[in-house]
Amino acid sequence: MSRTHVTCTINGDPAEFLCEEDQTLLDTLRDVVGLMGVKEGCATGDCGACSVILNGRLNCSCLVFAPEAEGATIETVEGMAGPDGLHPLQETFLEGAALQCGICTPGFLVAGKALLDRNPDPTEEEVRYAVAGNLCRCTGYDKIVRSILDAADRMGEAAPAS
Amino acid sequence: MTVTATPTTDSQPGYKWVGTRPVRHDGLDKVTGRARYGADLNLPGMLIGAVLRSPHAHARILSIDTSAAQAMEGVKAVVTGADFPMLESGGEGSGEEYYDPRDLCRNVMARDKVLYEGHALAAVAATSRREALAALAAIEVDYDVLPHVLDVSEAMAPDAPILHDDLITEGVDPIPDEPSNVASRYVIDRGDIEKGFAEADVIVEREFVTQPVHQGYIEPHAVVADVGEDGKATVFCSSQGHFMVRSHTAELLGWEPSRVKVIPAEIGGGFGGKTTVYVEPVAARLSQKAGRPVKIVMTRDEVFRATGPTSGSKIRLKVGATRDGRLTAVEGSMAYQAGAFKGSPVSLGCMCAFAPYAIENVLLEGLDVVVNMPKVAAYRAPGAPMASFASETLLDEVAEQLGIDPLELRLRNAAEEGVRSVYGPVYKRIGFKETVEAVRDHPQYSTELGPNQGRGVASGFWFNFGGSSSATVHINEDGSASVLTGSPDIGGSRASMALMAAEELGIDVYDITPIVSDTESVGYTEVTGGSRVTHATGMAVIDACRKVVTDLRARAAKVWDVDVEEVEWVDGRAQHVSGDRAPMTTRDLAAGAAGTGGPITASAAVNARGAGVAFSTQVCDVEVDPETGAVTILRYMTAQDAGRAIHPSYVEGQMQGGVAQGIGWALNEEYIFDTGGTMENPGFLDYRMPVASDLPMIDTVIVEVPNPGHPYGVRGVGEVGIVPPMAAVANAIHDATGLRMSELPMSPVKVLEAIGANGG
Ligand code: FES
Ligand code: FES
Repeated sequence: MSRTHVTCTINGDPAEFLCEEDQTLLDTLRDVVGLMGVKEGCATGDCGACSVILNGRLNCSCLVFAPEAEGATIETVEGMAGPDGLHPLQETFLEGAALQCGICTPGFLVAGKALLDRNPDPTEEEVRYAVAGNLCRCTGYDKIVRSILDAADRMGEAAPAS
Repeated sequence: MTVTATPTTDSQPGYKWVGTRPVRHDGLDKVTGRARYGADLNLPGMLIGAVLRSPHAHARILSIDTSAAQAMEGVKAVVTGADFPMLESGGEGSGEEYYDPRDLCRNVMARDKVLYEGHALAAVAATSRREALAALAAIEVDYDVLPHVLDVSEAMAPDAPILHDDLITEGVDPIPDEPSNVASRYVIDRGDIEKGFAEADVIVEREFVTQPVHQGYIEPHAVVADVGEDGKATVFCSSQGHFMVRSHTAELLGWEPSRVKVIPAEIGGGFGGKTTVYVEPVAARLSQKAGRPVKIVMTRDEVFRATGPTSGSKIRLKVGATRDGRLTAVEGSMAYQAGAFKGSPVSLGCMCAFAPYAIENVLLEGLDVVVNMPKVAAYRAPGAPMASFASETLLDEVAEQLGIDPLELRLRNAAEEGVRSVYGPVYKRIGFKETVEAVRDHPQYSTELGPNQGRGVASGFWFNFGGSSSATVHINEDGSASVLTGSPDIGGSRASMALMAAEELGIDVYDITPIVSDTESVGYTEVTGGSRVTHATGMAVIDACRKVVTDLRARAAKVWDVDVEEVEWVDGRAQHVSGDRAPMTTRDLAAGAAGTGGPITASAAVNARGAGVAFSTQVCDVEVDPETGAVTILRYMTAQDAGRAIHPSYVEGQMQGGVAQGIGWALNEEYIFDTGGTMENPGFLDYRMPVASDLPMIDTVIVEVPNPGHPYGVRGVGEVGIVPPMAAVANAIHDATGLRMSELPMSPVKVLEAIGANGG
């Protein structure tokens, strides 16, 4: 079967890959690009483990065909930490014990980032609804929600007052 | 990149590290996407395996023709039941590791019959998933479809379809001569039940029904197996015990265990469901046939249809109490679905249901019933949640009838040290009362409720297990330590092992590297299950550290040329009792190790006994929408005896996670089958687990009544939290509406029906 050539930006870097027409972005990111931090829990859009930020919006990469990523900007968990260290969400997840098994963690971090990118000061309820597409079976969500709220506070303190 | 955190927030008196909350050692890998789970390994030349599953709930396999599949392009190996040895009964073990090789080999690959929809009967390995799926479609199977049975009562009826011609009920006298679907009968019979009920002023009795529910771990089962030219297999997979995977895989292939090496992947949840094998032996046989590595990753649909779940049940219970609230007798019968092969946790249900209480007169019967659904697997406190849903609902009813506060009723009957438990042994020091008091004293218990709101409480019990564990401790050249164990880290156990090692060695917790080693690098260790790791593997770590400290003291004595008795180990240093020599740290001693006897290392192995039993008491506030029947959880609080919390954050996490699973079980989760025995909801859309917006914060109070059987007083904390929620929610719904719910899940439809039936 002939493959489709896709050019896009992944975690800030130009990237290109070959994929099959009906291959999901999830499978391509994992098996072709090698970004194993993007997880598969269901492949039907119901668990959020495969969350990526695609052109600035939170998406389940299992519901996106890889060729649709042509020209797109993709952010995954692998791009969250920078040369200056971890993203505040990564820090608060670690300090707040927001992960047990950790399989859902990349998805929650990406969903949390998508939320804080557009709403830097969410309420508890806004956090709960923002991550309602992400399943965690280990934690009961308490520490995840707290960690996202803590990260918002931390980022708010760091940001210059306007 | 370094991660720093202030470790000490609420250190226990007398301990430096135990009871603190350091960032877990594997945390960085898990927040950056580096951690490798079961599906995250790809090898050069690797094939993709896929499994053919039965579309029928019960059928005889007349023939399987794989010739067309075999001939397809890209297909490198095909296996069926004929490729695996037929094993006979003879399993042993108990609790979460119980299995019978006869059943396990037939569950992994069906032989003459398929016994549930989803039962594996063939598998292929091909160069891509597309080709593998095409090959599955080309396998021709001729079935003789048989009538199936799912309901326990129907399965016990005289004319029921029989799953196994050789299944004779155990535990009944006389031994039956005909096979049936009742695998065994278990009985607890204590005291004088008639006298007990004669003493009672109130007697309540009720029947309860629960449905099968799945563990619901987010990571599907995944394996890469690579059988080399020497015939040895390397298996990379996520499981709750890689030594279990090694022994089961070898046994199912007819090999010696040493022919299999299992490398533990990170595990994305298990809750008991990964304490057995499904695809691991299949991948290994495919790899052996193809001469290439083979990867099998289950789809979510396969996870639901062919793994887990835990039993659905039918339970009838009767409880008697005196006017002043003393429980005089309990009597009843529980029938649990085992799935296609014997081994439901019904006996554990009988043992746990009334374990928090001192009751003299007890007669409980448990029936293990095979039905045409997947063989049940362990699920967090196996067997206890459904039984306690029944028993704790009845206690609420007793309290209501007597006009006694439900916590007060529990306190009046609470078991304590010296009391003989319902299931036999006499309790050592336990913390049940303390959990009830913690709920009573928590602000939630006196928060005012609004219209359509209600409050419910319930308690629960779980044994906790000990068992076999090994550990090795190395002191590295720089004075840091590596701690190797064989227990997969499913929720923070590396951090607990490091904390205990830091406590023993007296060095910084971040100078400890806790490692989960493969089956060739550390001694045999049982599964991560039964809430046993912090207790049993922890004891092995403590023992190994104590041996290392003994060795370090001896080495210091050698350097100083003094008697070893004159050397003390204080805060990570060797000190001479006289105080007139400069203390030596682990770094100093490691630097001089070559001159004092070589590298510093020690191993320890335990078969831990003395696991302390665990109790939990919980309070739930709900609001019931009278129009829709929807139940909203407003507030939730759980108190649990942890004995000693090694890392309190992960203890809280276990408590909260158990509650969340219990709430899902209470309100939404269930297997739904169509008339043909096909599961209708094998996906997360229709099998609805709680999401963040379904739940409030879950308050925790860690009670610490030390377990006398552990050096630090640890009790297992992983399981008991899932036991009380169903009754706590049901009792809260009763408080809000006056309705007694006796069927799970208490979905909006059922609640609305109950409101309607009540003339609401
Ligand atoms: S894998 Fe994409 S939502 Fe579950
Ligand atoms: S931490 Fe295990 S699923 Fe979330």
